[in-house]
Formats: sequence, C-alpha cells, structure tokens
Amino acid sequence: MSENLIAYDDAIAAFDPAMGLEVHVELNTNTKMFCGCAVEFGAEPNTQTCPTCLGLPGSLPVINGKAVESAIRIGLALNCEIAEWCRMARKNYFYPDMPKNFQTSQYDEPIAYDGYLDVEVDGETFRVEIERAHMEEDTGKSLHVGGSTGRIQGADYSLVDYNRAGIPLIEIVTRPILGAGEKAPAVAKAYVATLRDLLLGLDVSDVRMEQGSMRCDVNLSLAPKGSDKLGTRTETKNVNSLRSVERAARYEVSRQATLLTEGTSILQETRHWHEDTGVTTSGREKSDADDYRYFPEPDLVPVAPSREWVAELKAALPEPLREKRARLQADWGFTDLEMRDVVASDAVTLIEQTVAAGTTPQAARKWWVAELTRRANEDGVELTELPITPAQVAAIQALVDSGSLNDKLARQVFEGVLAGEGEPDAVVAARGLAVVSDDGALGEAIDRAIEANPDVAEKIRDGKHAAAGALIGAVMKDMKGQADAGRVRELILEKLA
Amino acid sequence: MSWLKKSAAELADALAAGEVTSVELTQAHLDQIAAVDGAVHAFLHVDAEGALAAAAASDARRAAGTPASALDGVPIAVKDVLATEGLPTTCGSKILEGWIPPYDSTVVARLKAAGLPILGKTNMDEFAMGSSTEHSAYGPTHNPWDLDRIPGGSGGGSAAAVAAFEAPLAIGTDTGGSIRQPGAVTGTVGLKPTYGGISRYGLVAMANSLDQVGPVTRTVLDSALLHEVIGGYDPLDSTSIDEPLGAFADAARTGAAGDLNGVRVGVISELGGEGYQAGVQQRFDEAVALLVKAGAEIVEVSCPSFVHALAAYYLIMPSEASSNLARFDAMRYGLRVLPEGNPDPSAEDVMRATRDAGFGDEVKRRIILGTYALSSGYYDAYYGQAQKVRTLISQDFEAAFAQADVLVSPTAPTTAFKIGEKLDDPLAMYLNDVATIPANLAGIPGLSLPAGLAPEDGLPVGFQILAPALGDDRLYRVGAALEALLEQEWGGGLLDQAPALDGSKA
Repeated sequence: MSENLIAYDDAIAAFDPAMGLEVHVELNTNTKMFCGCAVEFGAEPNTQTCPTCLGLPGSLPVINGKAVESAIRIGLALNCEIAEWCRMARKNYFYPDMPKNFQTSQYDEPIAYDGYLDVEVDGETFRVEIERAHMEEDTGKSLHVGGSTGRIQGADYSLVDYNRAGIPLIEIVTRPILGAGEKAPAVAKAYVATLRDLLLGLDVSDVRMEQGSMRCDVNLSLAPKGSDKLGTRTETKNVNSLRSVERAARYEVSRQATLLTEGTSILQETRHWHEDTGVTTSGREKSDADDYRYFPEPDLVPVAPSREWVAELKAALPEPLREKRARLQADWGFTDLEMRDVVASDAVTLIEQTVAAGTTPQAARKWWVAELTRRANEDGVELTELPITPAQVAAIQALVDSGSLNDKLARQVFEGVLAGEGEPDAVVAARGLAVVSDDGALGEAIDRAIEANPDVAEKIRDGKHAAAGALIGAVMKDMKGQADAGRVRELILEKLA
Repeated sequence: MSWLKKSAAELADALAAGEVTSVELTQAHLDQIAAVDGAVHAFLHVDAEGALAAAAASDARRAAGTPASALDGVPIAVKDVLATEGLPTTCGSKILEGWIPPYDSTVVARLKAAGLPILGKTNMDEFAMGSSTEHSAYGPTHNPWDLDRIPGGSGGGSAAAVAAFEAPLAIGTDTGGSIRQPGAVTGTVGLKPTYGGISRYGLVAMANSLDQVGPVTRTVLDSALLHEVIGGYDPLDSTSIDEPLGAFADAARTGAAGDLNGVRVGVISELGGEGYQAGVQQRFDEAVALLVKAGAEIVEVSCPSFVHALAAYYLIMPSEASSNLARFDAMRYGLRVLPEGNPDPSAEDVMRATRDAGFGDEVKRRIILGTYALSSGYYDAYYGQAQKVRTLISQDFEAAFAQADVLVSPTAPTTAFKIGEKLDDPLAMYLNDVATIPANLAGIPGLSLPAGLAPEDGLPVGFQILAPALGDDRLYRVGAALEALLEQEWGGGLLDQAPALDGSKA
C-alpha cells in the first residue's frame, strides 16, 4: 500500500463499508441498439457506422428487438419485476465520444427492477439486491495521443472511434450492499463473478472484462462502526478485472478511512483505478445533481412487453446458478470445500467445459484450480484470460491417461501451450516430450544404470526389490523423465530376477 | 398560359400526353428562378445539373412507357431542413454551412424514386425556428405578393417558390404551423399530415413530437397527389404509422364537385375574433358561408384549453430542440470555430466557440429556454405540465370531433407583415402560430388554403381545416370543395391576382 494509508484490517475494524456496484454489459446482438450496424470487436475505426449511430442531423433510432429480449431475460434471471410499460429517455450531456451529445438510456422507467442475486463468500451466502437493470447505448471510444499515461491529461490530441457508439448495453445497478463488514470487497468480487457466470449462461454477452464487454464501477462509502447513516460515496471506474474489483474496494476502504480518521471529509467524486500501482486517483467531481435533463425519448415508442411473452422467456431461462452449481457438485462428486475452491477460483465453467471434452472432474479440478490458478495469480491475470482452453487441458490429460505423458511431462506441455507454442500434440512433438514406451530403448537405459550401480543391482538380485528405486531414478534421469516409472520398474525386476 | 402557371396535376397530364417534356418543364422553372429569385430569395441552393439530369431520365422513362409515378417529371423544391445526398443542407444556419449529407431523407428518396426532379433547397428560419423566415442566417425570403413583406415561416422559401411560380410543388415541414402559416400569407396550399403520416427520417429535428413533413402546392389536388408520393409507413422512423395511405387524390376529386351535404363543420370559438385582423376574420366568415351553400352543417365548438396551447408549445418545442441541437458541436461535421486568444482549447472550448458563432439569436433563445425548462427541479413545473396541457388539448379536440367531422379557423391572425416589423418582439412573433399550434400538439392533420385577399391590405388570407388523426382525406374533400367554390367566385386561382414580379416568365 503506497502513501501512508491505514491498513485495510484496521480500517475495516473502525468503519462499516457500504458498497454498490454498477455493471455495464455489452449485449451480443448482431447489430447495434438503434441501427443495423455491425458490432464486431476490433474492426478498423469508424467503419461500423451509419447516420443513426453517428448522430447525423435527421437520423432516427429504431429499437433492437433482440436487445429488449436480452434485457428482459437478464431481469428475469436476476429475479426482477419486468415493467409492463416503459420508455427510453435522453440523458443529455456534451462529450465528443457521444455523437448526439445525449445518450439514449432509461431514467425513471427501467425495464427491470427490484431483483436480487445470491453470492457465496467462504461458504456464507450474501443476497445482493438489484435495484434495476435498464437498456442504453454505448458511446464511442476516445484515444488520447501524446501524453504519458494515455489519458486525456497531458495528451496532444484525441481521436474518436464511433464503432462502439450505439452498441447495446444493459446497466445493472445494485442497492447498497450493507453488513458485509470486512468481507465487503470479497462480496463485491463474488457478485461480479456470479453475475458474469449468469450472463454467460444466458448467452446474452461474452462478458469479457478485458475486452470491455463487461464493465464495473465500484461505489463505496464508509460509516463509523455502529452508525446507521451512510457516508459520502465515491465511484471508482476503470476496474477491468475481477481481481481489480476486490483490490480497488480494499484500497478505497483504506483511503477513505485514513481521511475520515484525520477529520477530512470525503469528496463525492469519480475516481480512476490504476491496476499497476494499486491506487485510485481523482477523476472528475461527481455530483448527484449532475443535471442530465432527462426526458422521455420522443423518437421511440414505449416498450410494453406482453405478460405472455415475459412468461415464455421466463419458462425458457436456463437453470438458476445456485441449482446449477449444486448439481455440478453432486455430478462431480466434489466436497463442499473442493467446490468452494472451484467457485473462488472462478473455474466452474472451465471445469464444465473440460469435463465435456472428456476429462474426469477431479483431473479437471486439479489442473484448473491447483496448477492454472497458481499460474494466473503469478501472471496477474484472470483464470479465463490464460491462453489455454478447456479443450487443450482435456487433450493433455488424455495424453496422461493413455500413458504418453506422465505428470511431470504434462506440466511441461502446459508450459508450452501457455507460452504459445501451439496445441498439446505439437508441443509434445516439438519438445520431444512423449514418454518413451519402447522397451528396447528403456532396456538400454536400464543396462546403463545397472552398469553404473553394480551394488544396487546386486541387492535387487538378492531379492531386495525396494532398492529398485535408486535404479529407477537413474533411468528416469537418463531418459530425461520421458519414461513411465512403473514400466521401468517392471523391466528392472525382469532383468535382475 | 405558360407552363409555369399550371398546376402539377395539369403538368402531369401534359407530360403523359407528350405535350411537353420534363427537361422543358425543368428548364422553364430554372429560368424562372434565375429571373425572379434575386428578388424573392426563396432558394438557398439551386441544382440545375442534377434537376436536368433527373428530368432527362424521366423523359426516357416516359418514352419507354414506364413512368415511375403519376408525378414523374414534375419538378419540385425541397425545404433545406431535409437531408439530400450530395446537396448542401444548411437548415438556414451558419453552423451547417457547406454540410453535404451522405444520405437522403426518406421523403427525398421517395421523390427521386417517383421521378420528380429536385430544383434545389429552399430558405427557412434557422432550424425551423420562426414564423417569418427572417431568422435565416442567409437573409430573408420576400413575399411574392409584396417583396417588403415576410412570406411566413419557418417554411417561407417553399411557399414563396410556389407562389412565385418558381416551382409547381415544394416540400415543407410543420412543427407549429411552418407549412400552413406561410401558405396563408402567400396564397398557397399547405398541409400538415397526421403525426406519423409522413416519415421524419432525414428531417433535421426541431421538436420530434411535433415535427411533420408536408406538401406545399398551389391547389388542393396537387397536395393530395404529392402526399400520396411521400406519405406512408417508414421502418426507419419508429414514430411513423403502419397503416395504408388514404385515398387522398380521390377525396380531392370528389370534393371538387362541391357537394358537402352531411358534412358537419365545427367553428372553433377560441380561434378567431379578438386578436384577429378584421379582413382575415371577414374572409374566414365568408368562406364558412360558402361551405353552408355547399350543404355543410355549421356547429360552434369550444376548446377552452387552447388558450394554454401557445405556452405549452413554447415549452415542449424548445425543450426537445435544446436536446436535438446539442449534436452541433464542431466534432464531426459543420462549422468549427476555435476560441480566440486560446492557443490550447479543449473540446468543450471549441464546442462553445462554435455554437456561439454558428447559432443565431432565436435559436440560442430557444435552446436556453428549453435547457432551463428541462433542468432539474423545473421539469415537472414546465415540461411536465406542458405535456399535461397537451393531453387536455387532445381531449378538447376529441370532444369537438364528436360534434363535427372537420374543424375550421383562420390559419393565422394577420396577413403578411412587413419584414423587420416583429423582429424585436419574439412574443409578438410567436402569436402568429396561435391557430396552427393546437394541431401539432394533438398530432392531428391540418390544411390551409387561400380564402381570398383581406380588403384592408389586399394580401392573402388563409383558411384552416382540421381533421381527426388519420382523417387527412377529410381535409382534401372539404378543402377541394371550398377551393372549387372560391375559384368560381374569383374566376380562377387566387395567385392570378398576384402582382407580376419583374422579369417573371410566368
């Protein structure tokens, strides 16, 4: 922790945190929210635009029906009420990445409201209340050129790419999460992770935080322990990963606690999270009275989903997350502790997919939760960001099952795949990692080992088979580990019988 | 009679009969524009090349026996508030000087598909804010009846073009009367359709919940024919009505027989009398008497909430406009002005400097008013209240239409005033719209046709007919009937009595 901030544990002992999370989800519709433009990520700048998403004079919006459907399904999965009648609204403010200088969003008539999502932290369940989920459009993307930080401060000029302008977003807002105490940051992280899994299950977004298709703003305020009044809150943006959610929350707790202890009041503002330095810095002052002059969007007709349609969508929802996890745990035969670790490592879906590719659950768990989670932590990335897929993990385990690899060699193959050397088979071939199963080659190595260790060989001939271990070790070394130890032992005992 | 004075319907017949070509007609109108527009200033941009090319294509279709529509080859002018691909679209503002849209508005696309050559873009009050076309950043348009007088607004250019025989047809837009009031003061016909009846895609928005595109013509039948070309559902406009178009031309032809037996005509007591020029009221009353002669039954109706209509309009319209005009910020298109004395301006500095330089006073006035009305703490008192008044106005119309098939009033309280006369008094200017605004607030259609000349000044007076939503055909029927009877009295169209312009070829 930089600066002289009160340590988190001390801070949380003196103050109660209230946290709120705003998550923006980019929907995976084929076209934008209000026009027919494509939404592919990574296209050349300003090639996926039209008069409507550029806000050209005279252009008009037409609402994306699939986006409405996704919004309703998200609301239903979050146990929300679905509005019988609601409108889009204009949120008016000036910014170059917003072509109309208003964002078409929803104001006091969100399509979904009053829901909840249960999340688990260390075996304890927290119910996060969802205030609302509403539809809106994304803005364009600014690129600030010339400054040292890539941010607008200090830049020479800025470029704007409107490909992203108009992409459908669903904004999900929680009610303040209270009473979580020291677990608040963990609850926040668990909420975002659980929400992400839920959205993946609905297939409404690819929810990749590193690509910006899921964005999280962390709101936090502190109140002295035992007080029932809420403190002044800050909003922290640029929280681009699950780990950042927890880290940013913990940092803000420390920062605010330090200020409050000194007697300084908290400024209600927007802050920017820096993953590299682990701090938040002041952004722009945010006032609740930011006057967006909301009024209902007159170019669109109200959205009034019929109760029949809502019931149809509800009936077709995928299995609720809680039940799904319980079912998987039972199917996989994991203990509660094992399942908790799986959830905490954010590996449920990864294991599911690996099992689907043919691996046993325990093997999948071993690789994802033990091995790869450690690797992800070392590299400072999310488990899902590691450059290895469930299919690849399954392939490596299959090689182990068939005897082509042993555990140690398998780990080298993992290394190779993560390093980008290619598919498991290719790595095995390129690095020459396959277990040698040719008895002739093994026999030669065994002969060399016997010759180098005559006394050990003598003991074995005398019946002390336990001594074989030393020879096995020598052979394995000779074979650079590329032998099946069990077979080596068999052959040794045969030779020295 | 020169081709210039013929109606569009007559020109269409002549084209069909091979008596004239579209190239000839288009050239004749271009010549008239060249002859008189120096004085009238109806046009901001003339596209001779494009119009003649379209005319030639039309003639080729006629020769092949495959005309694109009944109006194929009849030239038309378009108000500069509609996007035209490749042609400048300024909305009468400096902030869009030189902007060339990369797309066509739906109405323009339909005109092109129907084969009408587009002569050019017509002058207007900046961003449609005005009732006199004096707020154009490019100078006012002059009323062909008296060049020292206003042609009405905001669509003064389209109305003047048609009144000066520079075009047989024009497209206008009407948010609070901007087609109908210019029609009244120039002796032409103007119609605002049912809200949603004609696509707004490509219409640079002033007030989305009020704006509509409509025909500007010299006869009621011409209006109906043009309406049939441009009207109807557009999937690009979420507020457009998904219903088949009415049989407007049929209604006009039926009406022209002059028989209105069984038609109940409601005279709105709040729209007339005090505040209305004597001659305007007189011509209106005389026209009502003619309707009686045609067999109509007159009823007096009262719409008490109309006294609040102007106030409600001047809250709703600027509110929506303040948001619609936010996009003009120098970032993507249009004017860009760098702030003086600031070597390192931020984007916001540039936005401010550009909007200050690029918007005229009336536009600024309405943006400020609208921003204020929508601001936190005031929304309920202003915009919210105004929308409630809007409901009351709709209810008054509903009650009135239970007693009458159409409602009538003078279109505007006065005839054309002198250029400069009301510029210093915005509120006096706003009062020009008092009779036209209620129809926009309620979304119902309205037509203005010439009712004669006011005795005291010899200037045109407009007669307004209103119908329930989707009742546009009633306007054509009653309008055509009244027009037939009036023209019988006059011995021809009212424009025959207009003074000839210097150099006019008509």
